[in-house]
Amino acid sequence: MTQRKGSGEAERDMPTPPFVPQILSCDRPDVVDGAVDATVERRGRDGALLLQILIEAQERLSWLSPRALSRIAARLDLPRAHVEGVASFYSFLHLRPVGLYRLLFADNIIEEMQGGRDLMLELCRQLWIEPGKLSEDQLVSVDVTSCIGMSDQGPSLLVNGRPITGLTPERIGAIASLVRDRISLDHWPQELFAVADNVRRRDVLLSSRLAPGDALRRAIAESRDALVAQVGRANLRGRGGAGFATARKWELCRQAPVRDPGARVVVCNADEGEPGTFKDRVLLTLMPDHVFEGMTLAAYALEAKRGFLYLRGEYRYLREDLEAVLARRRRDGLLGRSILGAEAFDFEIEIHLGAGAYVCGEETALIESLEGKRGAPRIRPPFPVTHGYLGQPTSVNNVETLALATLIAAHGGEDFAKVGTPQSTGTKLLSVSGDCAAPGVYEFPFGVTIAEVLEACGARRAKAVQLGGAAGITLAEREFARRVAFEDAPTAGALMVFDQSRDMFQVARNFVRFFAHESCGFCTPCRIGTTLLRDLLQKLEDGHGSPLDLAEIERLDHLLQATSHCGLGQAAANPVLDGLRKFRPAFEARMLHEEFQPAFNLDAALARARQLSGRDDALAHLPEHKP
Amino acid sequence: MTKVFLLDGAPVPFEDGQSVLAAARRAGHFIPHLCWREEFPPHGSCKLCVVKIDGRQVSSCATPAREGLVVQSATEEILDERRELITMLFSEGNHFCPSCEKSGNCQLQALAYELEILAPRHNRFFPDRPVDASHPDILLDFNRCIFCELCVRASRDVDRKNVFALGGRGINKHLVVNAESGRLADTNLDKNDLAANICPVGVILHKRRGFAVPIGERIYDEQPISARDLAAAREEPRERQA
Repeated sequence: MTQRKGSGEAERDMPTPPFVPQILSCDRPDVVDGAVDATVERRGRDGALLLQILIEAQERLSWLSPRALSRIAARLDLPRAHVEGVASFYSFLHLRPVGLYRLLFADNIIEEMQGGRDLMLELCRQLWIEPGKLSEDQLVSVDVTSCIGMSDQGPSLLVNGRPITGLTPERIGAIASLVRDRISLDHWPQELFAVADNVRRRDVLLSSRLAPGDALRRAIAESRDALVAQVGRANLRGRGGAGFATARKWELCRQAPVRDPGARVVVCNADEGEPGTFKDRVLLTLMPDHVFEGMTLAAYALEAKRGFLYLRGEYRYLREDLEAVLARRRRDGLLGRSILGAEAFDFEIEIHLGAGAYVCGEETALIESLEGKRGAPRIRPPFPVTHGYLGQPTSVNNVETLALATLIAAHGGEDFAKVGTPQSTGTKLLSVSGDCAAPGVYEFPFGVTIAEVLEACGARRAKAVQLGGAAGITLAEREFARRVAFEDAPTAGALMVFDQSRDMFQVARNFVRFFAHESCGFCTPCRIGTTLLRDLLQKLEDGHGSPLDLAEIERLDHLLQATSHCGLGQAAANPVLDGLRKFRPAFEARMLHEEFQPAFNLDAALARARQLSGRDDALAHLPEHKP
Repeated sequence: MTKVFLLDGAPVPFEDGQSVLAAARRAGHFIPHLCWREEFPPHGSCKLCVVKIDGRQVSSCATPAREGLVVQSATEEILDERRELITMLFSEGNHFCPSCEKSGNCQLQALAYELEILAPRHNRFFPDRPVDASHPDILLDFNRCIFCELCVRASRDVDRKNVFALGGRGINKHLVVNAESGRLADTNLDKNDLAANICPVGVILHKRRGFAVPIGERIYDEQPISARDLAAAREEPRERQA
């Protein structure tokens, strides 16, 4: 960043990163040190806050220079190598200079189908830049990022962390002008940043009118045991996808030996990174009180004093509103000391930001990240209920699970269990996107069939549904009678619709690329296997595929499933395996050769030599590749 | 009455708190490993010690031994998986054994021989990983790193210096050193630190000491890694067995 203070007229129009009025100059040591010191001063000298301090320091400095990392390490008494290791793990932290404008297009399959990639190339063309490279005048970079939770209103992008949805060629043109004219983000037309909620079907949760405190009052009037019993009677199961019984999790956490009961920790997992998921975005936008009240109820049950909302970096724009809700709840006696006057019921919630790492949705990786470390999943057991945040018993629950706990505490478990199926009680929020008339959030009772959801969202020509995001399952038309339920087709809620025109090979290729990008790299099979798989699918895409490659893909898939350290690597094989099982012709159509072909193309590799020598005649090509 | 579990049908005695890997090794059964060492807690990243228990593959270094466990290790399926993992590690880095100072003393190479791997099966990645020759006594050749983190753990937990850490993510993961310059010379690593002497492959090398032992007399020329590992287990004091 080269901006200097006091440059008058020019300064007013200089763009700023989100929520920070002034970009500071990263090449002046005193400025770097000052920004780091101010951040550490504000957040506290605590190594567990490292990630939060890195994020905030970057918001002040725009990127984290070597000196900034050294200063942070010194102020937090951490080894510098550790600080660099953490900072370089997260996609949204920059260890090299960045442009004034950083535009990241969401790269999920739905938005790719909607033309997001073409719009990105068009923006690059208008700005005279290449994707992934900072412009020579240090003004702007354009690149892709994993799903940003906007696939109901894509194509979408993040500009300096703020989402812009519903991209059209007109919007791209407008953005290109704003960037070229160096207009500050605060002066961009604010309607660009509007995010729609797209709630399409309401049931018990989305139509709940509970006032803040209603559920807590009832819980406190009874007892901790009664609250856990209610949740147990409701048979509430975790909405993050795994479906672990919430009451059982709380029970295990309560029983875990701990010196001081208050040391237990409540964590709300708001890191919904599964491509095609956005229901937590809507819950946090429309019903934050239900979520925070659910956390407070969990704290009451566990006698926990500390709570964290781990908010994915893509939802950074929600933070100020969420902080305001927390402040109001503190004022109203719903947080803080002696909540609602109950003796020894003290609980605080802090919001911790993620910084672009899908793997942190895995609960032990999330805890590592909360502790300010690289988001690598831990060896389990021990599980977080006994050894979680800083080694303390910790209950990690999904946003939707906690909001539902609020309903249960207010209305009782029996009522809740009347909805849904016996094994999957209550309702499920589905994030519906893709080829349908009305993408958005649908709240259905568990047991709803895929066909019913497709009918409701106006998907008439669907040939496949991806349930549960990239890590989920691909359902073909003949399976549309299957039910959304833990005992049939379990899901955290992403439901992507693909119509007859779609190529399921492209779907698998997109997902595999996603896993390769998001692998944490801890274990050998996932780190290398996801990359090999990505390259093999690209080889097929490029027309060099042979049956041998399909055999290789199946071999890699087996290894990933069998030996990966966590669910990411295990799931990375799913889209390809399902694709091969159910849409094999889409893969075989790319088997252009019966014999093995190398992915390497010798003639193409000579392109640079031709360019340098200024030749493109027949003799500069291999015989079979005449121009 | 000692407790036992079954490893490929053979009874293996164990003590409470011992992992499947440590107990098997103590009882004279070799399970391949790269990131595990008896004096450190299990890490579970290389996955070479994968075994099958109750139909699921798990890392035997991180699985506590229990009475009555039925563990499969030397089956064709598991051996194939281990071969695949080794092959992948060769594809990921730049491993040119004939010119490597660690050849014959390298655990990755020795395991490849042990598992009868003859040729790489995947495309090589040929990553660009410059060496760091700045330190007066130690050369870092990152091309051969397999991310076992033994140097990271040794420097942190034994040397108390934190010279090494991991940076990046996924296939871009890399070793970083504790200096703003990024140069090993600007850290306080000493050639006698455990971290400088623990690398199972050829990343952390002592300068002026290449190819000191003639071919035929190197560690794994004399015995395969399985025999060497089990011999080492017999010499270790019992209480160090994790």
